[in-house]
Amino acid sequence: MSDLPFLLLMIAVPAIGAAVVAALPRGRDLLAKQVALAVSLLVLLLAVLATVAFDPGGKRFQLTTSVSWIADFGVRFALGVDGIALVMLLLIGVLVPLVIGASWADTAPVDRSMKAYFAWLLLLEAMMVGVFAATDIFLFYVFFEAMLVPMYFLIGSFGGPRRQYAAVKFFLYSLVGGLIMLAAVIGLYVVSNSQLGEGTFAFDALRQLDITPGVQKLLFLGFFVAFAIKAPLVPFHTWLPDSGSEAPIGSAVLLVGVLDKVGTFGFLRYCLPLFPDASRYFAPYVLVLAVVGILYAALLAMGQSDMKRLVAYTSISHFGFIALGIFAFTTEAGTGAVLYMVNHGIATGLLFLIVGMLIARGGSRQIRDYGGVAAQAPKLAGVFLIAGLASLALPGTNSFVSEFLVLIGSFPSRPVFTIIATVGIILAALYILLMYQRTMHGPPRGVLMAEDDDATPVPVGGGATAVAAAPARTLRVRDLDRRELAVVAPLVALILVLGVYPQPLLNLIEPAVSATMSDLGGSDR
Amino acid sequence: MIEAPDLSLAALAPLLFVFGAASIGVLVEAFGPREHRHPVQVAVALLGTVGAFVSTLLLAGHREITAGGALAVDGPALFLEATIAGLGALALLLFAERSLDPARSAFVTSAAVPVGSPRDRELATSTLVQTEVYPLATFAIGGMMLFVAANDLLVMFVALEVLSLPLYLISGMARRRRLLSQEAAVKYFLLGAFASAFFLYGLALVYGATGSVRLSDIRAAAISEGTDVLLVLGLALLVVGLMFKASVAPFHTWTPDVYQGAPTPVTAFMAACTKVAAFGAILRLLYVAFGTSEWTWRPLIYGIAIVSMIVGAVLGLTQTDLKRMLAYSSIAHAGFLLTGVIGMQATGGSSGLGATMFYLLTYGLTTIGAFAVLTLVRDGDGEASHLSQWAGMASRSPLTAAVMALFLLSLAGIPLTAGFTAKFAVFRSAIASGAWPLVLVALLTSAVAAFFYLRVIVLMYFSQPAADGPTVGVPGLPTTIVLALTATATLALGILPGAVLDLADRAAIFVG
Repeated sequence: MSDLPFLLLMIAVPAIGAAVVAALPRGRDLLAKQVALAVSLLVLLLAVLATVAFDPGGKRFQLTTSVSWIADFGVRFALGVDGIALVMLLLIGVLVPLVIGASWADTAPVDRSMKAYFAWLLLLEAMMVGVFAATDIFLFYVFFEAMLVPMYFLIGSFGGPRRQYAAVKFFLYSLVGGLIMLAAVIGLYVVSNSQLGEGTFAFDALRQLDITPGVQKLLFLGFFVAFAIKAPLVPFHTWLPDSGSEAPIGSAVLLVGVLDKVGTFGFLRYCLPLFPDASRYFAPYVLVLAVVGILYAALLAMGQSDMKRLVAYTSISHFGFIALGIFAFTTEAGTGAVLYMVNHGIATGLLFLIVGMLIARGGSRQIRDYGGVAAQAPKLAGVFLIAGLASLALPGTNSFVSEFLVLIGSFPSRPVFTIIATVGIILAALYILLMYQRTMHGPPRGVLMAEDDDATPVPVGGGATAVAAAPARTLRVRDLDRRELAVVAPLVALILVLGVYPQPLLNLIEPAVSATMSDLGGSDR
Repeated sequence: MIEAPDLSLAALAPLLFVFGAASIGVLVEAFGPREHRHPVQVAVALLGTVGAFVSTLLLAGHREITAGGALAVDGPALFLEATIAGLGALALLLFAERSLDPARSAFVTSAAVPVGSPRDRELATSTLVQTEVYPLATFAIGGMMLFVAANDLLVMFVALEVLSLPLYLISGMARRRRLLSQEAAVKYFLLGAFASAFFLYGLALVYGATGSVRLSDIRAAAISEGTDVLLVLGLALLVVGLMFKASVAPFHTWTPDVYQGAPTPVTAFMAACTKVAAFGAILRLLYVAFGTSEWTWRPLIYGIAIVSMIVGAVLGLTQTDLKRMLAYSSIAHAGFLLTGVIGMQATGGSSGLGATMFYLLTYGLTTIGAFAVLTLVRDGDGEASHLSQWAGMASRSPLTAAVMALFLLSLAGIPLTAGFTAKFAVFRSAIASGAWPLVLVALLTSAVAAFFYLRVIVLMYFSQPAADGPTVGVPGLPTTIVLALTATATLALGILPGAVLDLADRAAIFVG
């Protein structure tokens, strides 16, 4: 069983699934959805089996596959996971079926088919798995850039009113970052050529390199800019609010839940072990950016009236915490940061999904168009509350464990930054609870108040896929139906279970993080 | 007794095929019956180019200098001759397309008829097809193949003229928008004549400094007296002449107007094949003749590369006509190719020469593909190349839009396309030879250029189609073959480029 090439299958299966779904005849949307769901569940199964086959106490990189790809460049198609990548793959495996389930009832905009939507989703899944599973830096770069294309089409074809602008901004921003990283990747290759006699992109070999501090700093910056744009760290964050608010809900979940994690994953996997001295040198600056991001994004989130945009800003704030945990250079903080990545994916994913369900009912993204929803849709309000509490890291939810670990782990090495970051928790409570209270409680208003029937038709798609700003008129807000409950239940369960018993994940994560920290030469203060 | 120069006919087989086909084409044109001329000409031209392509493959591994020291048959020459012959064959297929234009050809029936005259209006809808373009194009292909194999400067100059003159002519032969086409031809001719004159003057100065036009003799002279003023001036003028042909900024001003005015199949031909030929000559000149004076020409090429990349990327942003946009993109790509030229001296497997040759191949294929798609989109006036007319293309014709998107992504350098592999190879060699600021500029201008490629994709996929928009013609057999081959190659060379990269690297040793 452990000989199965899990990682290769996890890339190939959704890619082939995407091709199959795209090749289905026009109009067979239901079949397309069923195939897509089946494929994504298969990937989840593979992820679980891979986790079972992984030995936390064993070698750092397991489940490896390595085939020569472009011999002339010294590039190998090399896959492998350590604990950090493995938990991210589990997250992908869990989120994609739920996203497909959430998008089940959506209708496509004019001239588009939902078939294409699901095909792009599966292709995106394949690319995301590839990014985390690659152990050859060239292959990592290929997946890093190739990942942009499906997301670009998802936002641009199925998104909200400003989708063209958001899609282009997203693509160009990430492309620029990627190109800067390409310069660093090639530089790394050249250094390896001169030191090892033969240029290579293999991560294990590159870790052994002894790079002079000046060159290290340049290469670090090259990688750093790309990951800081992805993460996103302030001031490279301006693409996320637009993309997050214009993307269809399913894509928005994957955008903040997985795609952005590539940035922080990159810090941990590539910046720290490959460039230890440069990492130490730049750590104070990065921490400043991280802490500024936590506070600035939290303040901006409080001022948002668009719910999707608000959630996007909360993401930026949370990512500041993750960056803090990574650059504090202790195993505890790093473990907390990785756990935070998983938990944030679950919590913010749930938040986006439930906001999407609310928007699907009301037709508007604005907070002021909702009020007193809890009276008519108690289950929706309940799930919204759980998602919100998980986002603000209430003890008992999964995010609390990770946030706690990050703060405790960072305090010994960076006390001042940690103290300032803690203020962000208060701000988190403010923005989440304000949004919850205004939409779910209080007097009914906005869409719940409508009586007249001059309904403005929703111009772009329907359902939870994408919405325009003009509210449609409904009198009753339906509560969650069975499909929607089936979609949110696993996430709610994970939030509660991981809040009480995170140990299995921590067992996977901790050895990998401590290996990374020892690459860094850090002491565990 | 006059001694006959040693002429290895076997090694010259590719050239003989092409020039032979061109000569037979001229005879067919003069004596052939009108009704059968077109298929015969197409067949002759294709036989010539495909025959040349096959013979270069059979000659692989050959290394010699022949024709009395005037021609070099070595790895780069054979690789580039094969590239030119192959791309030329694809371009000839585009010329041969009869089912897209209602008048059954992209070329005017009689170029000598004045525009706007009654005879011109008569001929505009006639179905008589002009076939002189085939031998003309074949001569141009022959000239290009000679250009990359020339071992002395005079042969290089003759080849330059042989490749240019037919191009000046066929640029002016568009059936639609004849005045624009004729203007393009005149501009190309005037500026090209100047550039050839620069080349010739540089040649004369180099002869004056070294006493010989042969590349190997120049190399020997450059070793002993490399900083001779005459020699350096001569080198600079030679470079100017060659850069014009390669449409490198700041010698690029002819490119947008000529690309826009010429008939689209001719633009495809020029964009792909002329660039390969010009860069082949640049590589040979700089590496063989002036290989030891790299520190003389390196700053010049460095600066020109930066200017070209910036000009191509920035000016391309404001273009609203697709043909002009692709012209500026070709200027930017010429700059990227020059980074490979800079990286030529890198060793240890990161040869800039192999990388540049691979880039030329992938760029040629992608460009011909992109222009082939352009020939499909038509309105009442001929081709619809204005950006606004391409809005919503994906809903009208998904396959066309997808293929065009593939070519645009390859030009932008997105991974998993041939363009990315080529850029990576070229940048790697540049960094390995220490030119990392150049690569940084290249990457940033790539990002800028990506914007205008992306804009076309956004227009095609995310915009509403205009109500009275253009139609997408159904391509006939020739265009279908071209599109299939170029699209497949663009994907294949992005995903599994190993074999061709290896081939380029093994071919990357000059003789002489």
